Amino acid sequence: MRQELTLHGNRALLARANPLSKFAAVLLITAVLALSIDWVSASVALVFELLLFPLAGLTLSLLWQRGWPLIIAAAVGGWSTSILAPGSGKILLDAGIWTMSEGSLQLGIGFLLRGFAIALPAVLLMSCTDPTDLADALAQKARLPHRFVLGTLAAMRLVGLMAEEWQIIGMARRARGVGSRGSLVQRVKATLGQSFGLLVQAIRRASRLAVTMEARGFGGGKRTWARESTFSLLDLGVVSGGVLVAGLALFAAVTAGTWNMVWLGS
Amino acid sequence: MAPSQDAAGTVRPAAVTARGWGWRHAGRATPAVHALDLDISPGERVLLLGPSGAGKSTLLHALAGVLGDINDDGEAGDADESGSLLVDGALPRARRGRAGLMQQDPETQVVLSRVGDDVAFGAENLAVPRDAIWARVHEALADVGLSHLPLDHPTSALSGGQKQRLALAGILAMRPGLILLDEPTANLDPDGVLEVRDAVGRCLDKTGATLVVVEHRVSVWKDLVDRIVVLQPGSAADPAVLLDGPPDRVLSEARTMLAAAGVWVPGYVPETRKRSAGQASGAGNLLLAAEQLGVSRERGRRKGLRKVPAVPVQEGLTAQVRAGQALAITGPNGAGKSTFALTLAGLLEPVSGKVSASLDLSRGAGIDPYRWKAEQLISRVGTVFQEPEHQFVTGKVLDELLFGPRHLGHGEDRVDELLERLRLTQLVNANPYTLSGGEKRRLSVATVLAASPQVLVLDEPTFGQDANTWAELASFLSELLDAGTAVVSVTHDAEFTEALGGAELRMAAAETVAP
Repeated sequence: MRQELTLHGNRALLARANPLSKFAAVLLITAVLALSIDWVSASVALVFELLLFPLAGLTLSLLWQRGWPLIIAAAVGGWSTSILAPGSGKILLDAGIWTMSEGSLQLGIGFLLRGFAIALPAVLLMSCTDPTDLADALAQKARLPHRFVLGTLAAMRLVGLMAEEWQIIGMARRARGVGSRGSLVQRVKATLGQSFGLLVQAIRRASRLAVTMEARGFGGGKRTWARESTFSLLDLGVVSGGVLVAGLALFAAVTAGTWNMVWLGS
Repeated sequence: MAPSQDAAGTVRPAAVTARGWGWRHAGRATPAVHALDLDISPGERVLLLGPSGAGKSTLLHALAGVLGDINDDGEAGDADESGSLLVDGALPRARRGRAGLMQQDPETQVVLSRVGDDVAFGAENLAVPRDAIWARVHEALADVGLSHLPLDHPTSALSGGQKQRLALAGILAMRPGLILLDEPTANLDPDGVLEVRDAVGRCLDKTGATLVVVEHRVSVWKDLVDRIVVLQPGSAADPAVLLDGPPDRVLSEARTMLAAAGVWVPGYVPETRKRSAGQASGAGNLLLAAEQLGVSRERGRRKGLRKVPAVPVQEGLTAQVRAGQALAITGPNGAGKSTFALTLAGLLEPVSGKVSASLDLSRGAGIDPYRWKAEQLISRVGTVFQEPEHQFVTGKVLDELLFGPRHLGHGEDRVDELLERLRLTQLVNANPYTLSGGEKRRLSVATVLAASPQVLVLDEPTFGQDANTWAELASFLSELLDAGTAVVSVTHDAEFTEALGGAELRMAAAETVAP
C-alpha cells in the first residue's frame, strides 16, 4: 500500500505532464458526460480513454486490480437501471416485477457506459500522477498556500504507516484478551477500542512529524522549490486532448440525436 | 535571519549558552529542566547523560527552537520558561536552520516519499536557490553514504538505519552549525547503530559543527565526543548539571553513580539473577511446536476478485517451545523474526506449515493457537509487543492489570504481587500513556503476565531501555523460567540472550528483503 502511493518506475508519457493540465482535461470530459445519460457520448469518450491507456502506463489488468470496485459498481448500476427503469418500447424480458424493455435497456446501457467513462479518467489520472508532483503544481502554479499543501502531502505518507499500525494494534489487543471475533456487538466494541488506540498513535506520530518538519525550517515565510513545476507543450496537448474528447462525445451524441440532458428528464 | 554559513558555503559552528534556564511543560506541576547553567563552545561535541526525567530531550527541543506550548500529547496550554537559553547569542526560535534535530522514531524523521525530495526539504524551507539545493542534496547523500540510491528512490523502502542516515542528510543540507541528536539509534539494530554513528562522525569531521547527543548507550558515542554532561532531574535545591568534563574523567569519577542511574557505561553489564542450576538444563514438557512454518504479515491479497496467497517472508521454520526453557530468536533486520514470533503466539495465521499446541498447553482449546478465542489465548500464550502503548486498553495502571483476570474470571489475587515485583505500586492510579519508557515496559510485561500464560513471547523487550530496567527485566524473566514458564524473545541483544540462557534460533536474512 505504501509503495502504491508513489509512482516509482512509471515512465509513461502522461506521467511527465503537469498534474494541473491532466486534472483540467479530466474535469472537462467528466463534465460533459455528467450532463447526459446516453450511450453515444459515453461510448465515444470510453473509446478514447481506452486508447489513452498506454500513454498513462496503464494496462487492462492493472486497471482491473485498482479499479475493480468502480467497474463492478458501474455494471450493477447499469443492470438495475435496465430492469427497474420505466419501460418503453418492446418488452424484452418479463420476470414478474422485473421487466426489461427496449427503452429501459437503452437507458441501462447508457448508465453502464457512462459509469465506466466517468470512472476511467479518474483512475487514469491517479495512475500517472505522483502526489509530490501534484503538491508542487498546486503550490507553485495554482498558488495554494504551501503550508497547507506540504502539510497534507507529509500527512499522506503517514496514512500508509497507519494501515500497518492498525494491523499491529489489532494483534496487540488480541494478546490482551480483546477479541475481534465473536458477535456483532463484540466486534463493534473491539473496533472502537482499536480505533482509539490508532488515534492515539496517529496523534503521537503526527506531532513528532510536525517537530521534524519545524526543525527543518518548515513554516517560515519565504521558501524555494527544488522541483520547479512547469507547463510544456505536452500540457498543451493534454488540455487540447481533453477538449477534443469532450467535444467529440458531445458532437456525436447531438448528431445521433441521443443527447439527453439529465435534469430535463424524458 | 543570520546566515548559518559564510560566503564560501562552509559551516560556522554554533555556540550554546544557558543561564538559569528552566522549562515547565504545559499542564505539569514540576519543571522538566530547572536552573540550567551550561556553555558549549563552537565545534564541541557533547554527550548528554542522565536518568529519565532529567530533561535531556526538552533541552534538545529547546535548542532546535521547536519547544512550543504543544506537548507530546498534543495538548495546548501554558508552558513556563525561565532564565535564558541562547544559540549564538540569540533565541533558538529566531535562528531557524541554525540547528538540526534528529529524533528517535525513524518513521517520523522522513517527511517526503522520495529520497532526493526529502533531503531537499529543509534547504527549500531556508529559501536556498534551486541549483544550490541539488548540489547540497548530492553532497549530503554522499556524506551519509546513501549516494548509491537514485534520487527518486522511495523512502518507504529504506531500513531504519538508512532512514536515520537520510534524516541526517536532510539536516546536513541545511548546513546547520549545531547538530542535535535525541536518542538517534534507540530503535535500531546493532548494524544500524554503527551505520548512523559512523555517518555522524564523518559529517562532523568534515563540517566541524557543534554536536549535542542524548543516548543511554555510552560506548557507542564515547570515542566520538569530547565532553560528557550529566543532568539530574530539576529541583530548587540542586543545579541541573551534575557532572561535566572529558569522557574518561566523567566516566571514571562517576561510573558507579551513572550505572546506578541506569546509564549504560562502557564495559558494564548489570548483575542479573542466575537461573537455578538444576532447572536451566532439564528439558521441560513440550508446549508449542512450529513445523515447516511459512510466515508473513500480509494476509492473502485481492487482485480484482481473485485471492492471491501472501508471499512468505520465511519458510520451513521449525522450533520447539518447552516449559521452563528460554528460546531466543535472533538474526538480521528484515529476516521476519517478529513475524515468526507473532505466528508462534497465535496472532498471525501461518502461510504454510503449522503451529501446534501440546495437550499440556491447549487444555481443550484445540491444537491451533490462531483459532483460539482471545480469552483462551491470553491464559496460554502471552505476547509483549515492542511498543507498550499498542497494548494499553484502559486509562489506569490498576485497571490495565486487572483487565486480563477480569475477563478470565480468576487471577485477580496475582495483581498485587506483580505490582510489587515490577515496582508499579506507586503508579496504580496513573494513566498508562503518561508513564516513562521503563515504566511502560514494566507495565506491559505485568499486564500480560496477569493472565498467567504458560508461554511468554516478547518482541525486542530491551530496545531503548536503560540498564536498570534491563536488569530488572532479565532477573524477573529468569524467575519465571524457574517457575516453569516458557520464554520466547525476539532480540538483537546478545547480553540479554546470555542472561536468560536456553536455546537460540538464528534466522537467516529473508530472500525478499526490501532493496
